Amino acid sequence: MPEPILQVRNLTVHFYTYAGIVKAIERVSFDVYRGETFALVGETGCGKSVTSRALTQLIESPGRIVEGEVLYHKEDGTVVDLLKLNEEQIREIRGNEIAYIFQDPHASLDPLYTVGYQIGEAMEVHGKVESIKEGIKKAVDILRSVLIPDPENRVKNYPHELSGGMKQRVVIGIGIANNPKILIADEPTTALDVTVQAQILDLINQLKEKYKATVILITHNLGVVAETADRVAVMYAGKIVEIGSVEQIFKNPLHPYTKGLLKAVPNPMTKIERLEAIPGTVPNLITPPSGCRFHPRCPFATEVCKRKVPELKEMEDGHFVACHLY
Amino acid sequence: MEKVLEVKHLKKYFPVKGLFFTKGWVKAVDDISFEIYKGETFGLVGESGCGKTTTGRTILRLIEPTAGEILFEGKNVMELKGDELKWFRRKAQIMFQDPYSSLNPRQTVFEIIMEPVRFHGIEVDDPEEFVVNLLKSVGLNEMHLYRYPHEFSGGQRQRIALARIMALKPEFIVLDEPTSALDVSVQANILNTLKDLQEKHGFTYLFISHDLGVVKYMSHRMGVMYLGKLVEVGPADKIFENPLHPYTQMLLSAIPVPDPEMAKELKAKRKIVRGEPPSPINPPAGCRFHPRCPFAKDVCRKEEPPMVEVEKDHHVACWLYAKS
Repeated sequence: MPEPILQVRNLTVHFYTYAGIVKAIERVSFDVYRGETFALVGETGCGKSVTSRALTQLIESPGRIVEGEVLYHKEDGTVVDLLKLNEEQIREIRGNEIAYIFQDPHASLDPLYTVGYQIGEAMEVHGKVESIKEGIKKAVDILRSVLIPDPENRVKNYPHELSGGMKQRVVIGIGIANNPKILIADEPTTALDVTVQAQILDLINQLKEKYKATVILITHNLGVVAETADRVAVMYAGKIVEIGSVEQIFKNPLHPYTKGLLKAVPNPMTKIERLEAIPGTVPNLITPPSGCRFHPRCPFATEVCKRKVPELKEMEDGHFVACHLY
Repeated sequence: MEKVLEVKHLKKYFPVKGLFFTKGWVKAVDDISFEIYKGETFGLVGESGCGKTTTGRTILRLIEPTAGEILFEGKNVMELKGDELKWFRRKAQIMFQDPYSSLNPRQTVFEIIMEPVRFHGIEVDDPEEFVVNLLKSVGLNEMHLYRYPHEFSGGQRQRIALARIMALKPEFIVLDEPTSALDVSVQANILNTLKDLQEKHGFTYLFISHDLGVVKYMSHRMGVMYLGKLVEVGPADKIFENPLHPYTQMLLSAIPVPDPEMAKELKAKRKIVRGEPPSPINPPAGCRFHPRCPFAKDVCRKEEPPMVEVEKDHHVACWLYAKS
């Protein structure tokens, strides 16, 4: 039985805007096991990024975590609820035991400091080194481990002197600087070209093996999921609609949304006569549809779908779906 | 087959300004030639900065080329003036990537679509009915007639842009990453609409994209660009089945496919992807791909490879296939 490292229960985040309360995510629950790559997939606005940020309370006003628990199983066996920690306590974990890699490497780095300083600072803040100076020395090794050529000189570069792919490597370097247990990668390759994307995904995989870390990968790209993830959660309009292993989700998708999504992506390696599109658009989350949030777009919707919110049900070993068809 | 568009030795250099003098040139498009036949979709793929968008815009004379010839239905686009240029502006259209900046936020859908129609002096009996019919043909309806762009989603805005293009009854449309800003479920809708319209009206498309899956789905023939150069041209099926240029091979093997079994297989035989595209200001001498190419020989570093036909209609610019 795989051992969970993170147990998320009923996580709910609302944004209090002038237009109304945006129910970004509603009662989201899932487990992440130690050492796996867990992917959260979905389209724009489905709440995948909000979920990943809420795990360490990274939700800024007007957003608020309304409800839920995030149980983090530490290596020494103790369990903490990350949402109950105060600002100082969570900051000790964030960037240390749980690190992030964000989508846009241009926005993740400070243009006024050298990359070596930024890596060094991340280590100094968490007490891994005595001073930033010492951190900058260690940064050379980190840049080497993220496969940046000529790290001795690169450490003195400012972000604008590096290409997009190199910057993302530096961001990953900052992420792994403190040897994290969980690495949360939020669309780490979306801003990059395909050839560079392949390199970065490869790198994340290698580092995961090397540091025995757990990776939570947030992406909208089903190709990236198929290639890198062990297990997948599919999100739609702030809810998880299906969870399973990669094989289960791609070979035997159960939820109508998952099925539609898989048919809508053109696979370049196969001949496709016609793509099947999902009719309609993603709903507005201020007034989400009643019952199952997918029902207005679902070809199989019945009366009960409009009334009742479907709960996640286990259909086969480890394969959960939230749909009234089952 | 009838050629709609012929591009010969097209070049577009952008100056890099220094304090007083031009410091250098960005060779965005550097001597490319291809043709597009009536009723087909020609896909143009490549990574960011390879010059695919510049090519699309130069063809339409939205940017003046540095050198080269563009023939549209046999006429040299660069020499068109007055009424003939107006005719060209009507027959050749473009659909942009970003549906948020290509529609005027102060105009209603009706005004957006009617403006070019009035400009070109196209006689319409009942403008309202005319616009409604156009909206229906792209999957919108009369309800949307007097709304403003901000009331629509990204996919719907692309449909409005498409209706505006259709109003002029064009023959040739440049589709510049028309679905890159959209989600996959919406993307599939737009792509299908584009295909249906092509079948119905016989449109010719130049489809520019960085997404190889989408290009494969849309294109009959395609070209692969790298750093301002066309490295491979041929029927889309042939390029995907049998990519000849090492760059095309690398590009194809780098795409993550949405199928875990296939992904494992492909990953095992993946070509080693190395390096990143160099700057187009000082492109490498000889073949521009040689610093990243696993097969680079001496000649690749010195001389530019010519375009050669390896199998029927399948051309490649690589010294592995050409005789020096």
